[in-house]
Amino acid sequence: MAGRALPRITRSIALLLVSVLVSYVVASAALCPRAHFEDRTPRPPAAAVDHELAAVGLDDSTPVLARFGHWAWRALHGDLGRTIDGGSVNAQLGERIGVSVRLLLVGTLAGAGLGVLAGVWAAVRRGRLPDHAMTVLSFLVLSVPTFVLALLLKDGALSFNHCLGHTVIRYTGESTPDHKGTWTSQLADRSSHLVLPAATVALGSIASYSRYQRAATLDLLAADHLRTALAKGLTPGRALLRHGLRVSLIPMTTFFSFGFLTLFTGSVFAEQIFGWPGMGSWFLEAAQEGDVNSVVAVCLFSAVTVLLAGLLADALLLVLDPRVRR
Amino acid sequence: MSTVLELRDLHVGFGPEHAAVRGVDLVLRRGEVLGLVGESGAGKTVTALAALGLLPSRATVRGSVRLLGTELVGLPVRDLARLRGRRIAMVFQDPLAAFTPVHRVGDQIGEVLRIHERPRPGRRSARQRAVELLTELRVPEPQRVARAYPHELSGGLRQRAMIAMAVAGRPDVIVADEPTSALDVTAQAEILAALEDARAATGAALLLVSHDLGVVAGAADRVAVMYAGRVVETGPAHRLFGNPRMPYTMGLLAAAPRLDAAHALSQMPGAPPAPGEPVEGCAFAPRCPVARPECESDDPVLTPADGAPARADDGHLVACLHPGVTAARTAADLYPTSAPPAPRPPGDVTALRVTALRASYRGRRAVHHADLQVRRSETVALVGESGAGKSTTLERIIALGAPESGRIEVLGRDTARLGRSEVRRMRGRVQIVLQDPSATLDPRMTIARIIAEPLEAQRAPRDRTAARVRELLAEVELDPGTAGRRPPQLSGGQRQRVALARALAVRPELLLLDEPVSALDVSVQAGIIALLRRLTSAPGSPACLLVSHDLAVVRQLADRVVVMHGGRTVESGPVDAVFDRPRHPYTRLLLSAVPTLGRPRPAGPPAAFEEAAAATGCGFRARCPVYRGLPAEQRLSCERDLPAPAVDGVACHFPHADGGMPLRGRPASKGHPPVQ
Repeated sequence: MAGRALPRITRSIALLLVSVLVSYVVASAALCPRAHFEDRTPRPPAAAVDHELAAVGLDDSTPVLARFGHWAWRALHGDLGRTIDGGSVNAQLGERIGVSVRLLLVGTLAGAGLGVLAGVWAAVRRGRLPDHAMTVLSFLVLSVPTFVLALLLKDGALSFNHCLGHTVIRYTGESTPDHKGTWTSQLADRSSHLVLPAATVALGSIASYSRYQRAATLDLLAADHLRTALAKGLTPGRALLRHGLRVSLIPMTTFFSFGFLTLFTGSVFAEQIFGWPGMGSWFLEAAQEGDVNSVVAVCLFSAVTVLLAGLLADALLLVLDPRVRR
Repeated sequence: MSTVLELRDLHVGFGPEHAAVRGVDLVLRRGEVLGLVGESGAGKTVTALAALGLLPSRATVRGSVRLLGTELVGLPVRDLARLRGRRIAMVFQDPLAAFTPVHRVGDQIGEVLRIHERPRPGRRSARQRAVELLTELRVPEPQRVARAYPHELSGGLRQRAMIAMAVAGRPDVIVADEPTSALDVTAQAEILAALEDARAATGAALLLVSHDLGVVAGAADRVAVMYAGRVVETGPAHRLFGNPRMPYTMGLLAAAPRLDAAHALSQMPGAPPAPGEPVEGCAFAPRCPVARPECESDDPVLTPADGAPARADDGHLVACLHPGVTAARTAADLYPTSAPPAPRPPGDVTALRVTALRASYRGRRAVHHADLQVRRSETVALVGESGAGKSTTLERIIALGAPESGRIEVLGRDTARLGRSEVRRMRGRVQIVLQDPSATLDPRMTIARIIAEPLEAQRAPRDRTAARVRELLAEVELDPGTAGRRPPQLSGGQRQRVALARALAVRPELLLLDEPVSALDVSVQAGIIALLRRLTSAPGSPACLLVSHDLAVVRQLADRVVVMHGGRTVESGPVDAVFDRPRHPYTRLLLSAVPTLGRPRPAGPPAAFEEAAAATGCGFRARCPVYRGLPAEQRLSCERDLPAPAVDGVACHFPHADGGMPLRGRPASKGHPPVQ
């Protein structure tokens, strides 16, 4: 097992390094940090701008690869450089990473879990109302852009709150500022803030997972081993649970590693629209300001999470399917 | 004996127009074996599934299925589940697909106990009981098998585990649906023995469903023959096989190739009605040589054969409006037969020579040392179990490239030295026909285009093409009107004829046949065998290399035979010599394992057939009865030295002397009388 995992992890790390290099070069080419400093009134002298750029490691007179080398050397020592305002990228990252991880975690779990359940349900009720309803709903969700979906959800929450007469679902920030109380009331507060962004991120996943899971389950319902399970004396429900579900999840692991990427993109919109101070909103702000180091930090984060999702998918496959173990 | 399972007037339909089973009556008594035979589409499997209430929900079931007095038709799913596994259990055809791939075999066997026994046994004790069940069925290394996942076991072991699962609940009825069809002959014999063991241990009655008459003849007490969704003849096995009365049964039995000699095969005209095709009167009437006008309209019912008084369900019953007509006749009087061609002197020119071939399949060495030779106007058969390297050898020959090691000479040319354009020209001289014609013919092309394609590939003049296609259709005995149709509109036999016509279009000098009749039903197979006999014995016919696992078919078609085991040629020679006086212990094992009409199943405990790849010495010694009987000092040569490769001989340190076959008595001393 270790013999297989090691080369896989080595490959992932190599891929990570390549991805960081590419992000750095592309970000340096596409963004113009000089504009951020020049864009002040009164316009500062060129020498002052050069000085400020050099201070945050974005001196555009040194070649980009040299700048990358310098950045990478410090990054290896645990320092991801300065933001364009001179702050520490590490500090920003520390503040924001928890916010994003929470959103992504909840989105992934809800997306995969509910998606699989919905898919199985649709397959078992094939050709009947639940199946048709699921089909229509999934295609609706998949065909609406994430930001439209987010705004629709926000609108929905507003009228929901209005009907109830007080604010149950919150739509700005990830917690109420200065909220004090026991940890249960803290949790309730955080949850009420989490609902909308998590739903924005998860709905797309649920829709696509459920389609794949439905197809996988339909294949399975016709499988010989499910008939064997019935012949042994299991009821259809138990047969599906014990002999079907795990087998049908095997092809889903491949999809899981790809699906995570879509989820990540969705989270960028969700954070921006619902005012979550996470990695996604940081990325958008940094890109506007020409903050190369911050953009690269977000890219690094996304590369790590995507690769981790891939490793997780592989591990899941090994757990689920004895045929791939050797 | 009391009745355990009773089917009365069972009808099963899929949709309003599609009747799969049209009124079946069957009775199974405690402890007996009832064989249910028929060709594909006859409704055997549907009947078997109905006995467990396992039909898909879209099936409509009418009539009655009573298990130990309980009516199963219309029984709620929950109550059915309580009976399944405990009162009635099933063994499926393909054990790899029938086991759940992600659970250990022992747990899957033990699950039956955990479902039905109260108090519910724990996981550990269920697993322990699974090992006991495997031991009971004489599975070698039962602990290891119980711990294994299904994909880690050989087909034979998997099927024995499946049988252990079926007997776990000590059922009163076991239904086995084609339990040996997915297996090699050697594993087949062991599965039949294991079913017998299982039955003896539990006292269960067995409903054995098979298309293989030999399997049923060797195992069943009583037999029911199905045709187009009905039982058309039933009776005690020895009477039915010895003296069949329904014209269909007679034709079917006389169409089955035998292992002991190349013989005349009866050819029934036409094909059975497609499943769901509406039937009026006797379904067999369109193919029946003695049909009268009323057969087309009146429904025959099962009546005692030969007017003999018989207790219902026990005697010999025939569903024929004129059972007397066949009384004094044999199948040879009813159907045209194709006699084996007269033996020919083999040509002296070599068409194909494979020497010391080594080849890999998917990164694993599949062929270690293959030697074979095919001369002009000769048919050579390559036989062996799956995994013996037959297909890989064939694949290397048709590749017309350089082998990893060894030498392939096709029509006098070393394939390693062929240039690109020479390979293209050579492809016109070597053709191949594969097992499954529905997979090898493009369903969107017309038959005429399919047959014309090799002509176009070889740049034959276009104006001659249409005439050549007509000629070829006549040669493979197809109607000229077939040219405009497409493969899905044809039956399996017709499709294989098209595949043959395509191969013959360019007048090849070497024809490779990979299991050409294995996918076909017996009655259709007889026609293709007859056609192949004619095509390969005509003057100027191509040399043939036939790959087949079916030794009875090989006996009918081949002049010489090459036996492969574990990637090596172990014996070769003229087919009569090898089949009648096999010298290599592996050849003897193969031949003795074939279940054949007119010969009782070989007795004795099954040999442990899991074989560890031996690093040195003879690769067969783990299974070899000769090795087992040798004194230690003589065993040494089997363990140390690879037997010399066989060129028209035998690769064995201790081959049997050239005389007779002591492993089995022939002709059959007891059992069923030979069929004619």
